[in-house]
Amino acid sequence: MPKAQKPVIEGWFAVEDGQPHLIGTRCKACGTYYFPRQSLYCKNPACDGEEFEEVPLSRRGTVWSFTNAMYQPPEPFVAEDPHVPYTILAVELEKEKMIVLGQGIRGLQCEDLRAGMGVELVLDTLFETEEQATITWKWAPVA
Amino acid sequence: MSADQEIAVLGIGMHPWGKWGRNFVEYGVKASRDALADAGVAWRDIQYVSGAATMRCGYPGYVAGATFAQALGWQGAEVNTSYAACASGSQALAAARAKILAGQCDVALVVGSDTTPKGFLKPAPGERPDDPDWVRFRLGITNPSYFALYARRRMEIYGDTAEDFALVKVKNAEHGFSNPNARYRKKFSAADVAASAMVADPLRLMDICATSDGAAALVVCSLDYARRLGRDDAVRIAAISTVTPTFASAVVEMPDIATDSAAVVEAQRFRAAIPAKAYEEAGIGPEDVSVAEVYDLSTALELDWCEDLQLCARGAAAQLVRAGETRIGGRIPINPSGGLACFGEAVPAQALAQVCELTQQLRGTAGERQVAGAKVGITANQGLFGHGSSVILKR
Repeated sequence: MPKAQKPVIEGWFAVEDGQPHLIGTRCKACGTYYFPRQSLYCKNPACDGEEFEEVPLSRRGTVWSFTNAMYQPPEPFVAEDPHVPYTILAVELEKEKMIVLGQGIRGLQCEDLRAGMGVELVLDTLFETEEQATITWKWAPVA
Repeated sequence: MSADQEIAVLGIGMHPWGKWGRNFVEYGVKASRDALADAGVAWRDIQYVSGAATMRCGYPGYVAGATFAQALGWQGAEVNTSYAACASGSQALAAARAKILAGQCDVALVVGSDTTPKGFLKPAPGERPDDPDWVRFRLGITNPSYFALYARRRMEIYGDTAEDFALVKVKNAEHGFSNPNARYRKKFSAADVAASAMVADPLRLMDICATSDGAAALVVCSLDYARRLGRDDAVRIAAISTVTPTFASAVVEMPDIATDSAAVVEAQRFRAAIPAKAYEEAGIGPEDVSVAEVYDLSTALELDWCEDLQLCARGAAAQLVRAGETRIGGRIPINPSGGLACFGEAVPAQALAQVCELTQQLRGTAGERQVAGAKVGITANQGLFGHGSSVILKR
């Protein structure tokens, strides 16, 4: 029986037609995108917008930079025992003109990555217990 | 800036950096007493105590100004405490400057001190998904992750190498070797850096600064007060920049998980804006700078700072360090104190420690670390949540 799945943070990502995406918002007045979601006040100093529409962020972007985590981070990170190093990617989204961080998919190495490379968003396990898997977004090279 | 907007640095004091594990108040008192002795000013004559807060030492840390005023012996001075992450010391200094320039006090004590826990700095406990600092740790993104993303970006865009980054460590280790207040006093080689453990590719353990205990203090005063003490020649503070970022952020900053969107406005570099404001305020340019103390949280970040301070063209900082131009004796010495590489970060004390070093450099009393003929010095640092500072000193 598959484990119950729980998002690492409620309301940050969703799956539509089998395709996962981050959930952002967009200011109805000036068009600025937000991730994580912003729904009370626009942070563009030239805009006093207070109305936002929920938008799916681009699933694909290009690598701005990358690194890895060779050591186990402190809590509230939940580590495997022993710690399994993972990559961290900073990904530029062209339409939104923003950079979003996230882990690389399991098995991805820094040697596999280059700035400007195409990547896409996938959902994967961040950590799991016997009963439940905690799910997050990760970046995967575009095949 | 005109001279009527300047204040004088009468005295400096520091408690050596280390992992002493004692109460931060003890370090702060030592640094304060040294600064008062250096200034030749009695504690009773101090009219304003401005403390940089520490967040990891309980309530006394939140009210650091009062904590030090009490420890030194309540004498009725007015008090202030500033918190601005890595820029806390500069904000405490800026508060003292404002008080002095407003004519509300003549002489002030500014002090920052910290006792740090072991290992990675970590967020406050509890389940707090609305706090970006909680979110990023939950996702496994630590402080070195950000430093490494910036370092790798340099490699990808400018062709910097891990060997270039190691040169920064080797240079700073040489500088700090003779500094009695530095925690690490050893002349490390490039081979030592390369042999240290990989933490966040491309950064190794010796590319990344540690966290330390330490304290730094300044006695600052109006130019009139300095004159009355016969200290017309005192080093002066010509600018203190504590600007916030301008929307939209071009670079993903701690503790954020994403940058602002630059879909409808142009992206802005925060790090470059910090010293730019200081230059403007002091009425000088990067060509006037003789020495700089910058926040080398990582070796690669020192190279970013060289460019943000406009000491070289964007992308050219690795050439500077390769040519030895940032060494003492080079064209533009960076971090003659040894920098964070030799100190490790003691957050509320660090920005003040930078000012202490530049004061010594401009007085010509830095001993083996002396930058010959130093006339103008600039500090730069950046911390969490849009905090950063840059102070210009001149003689």
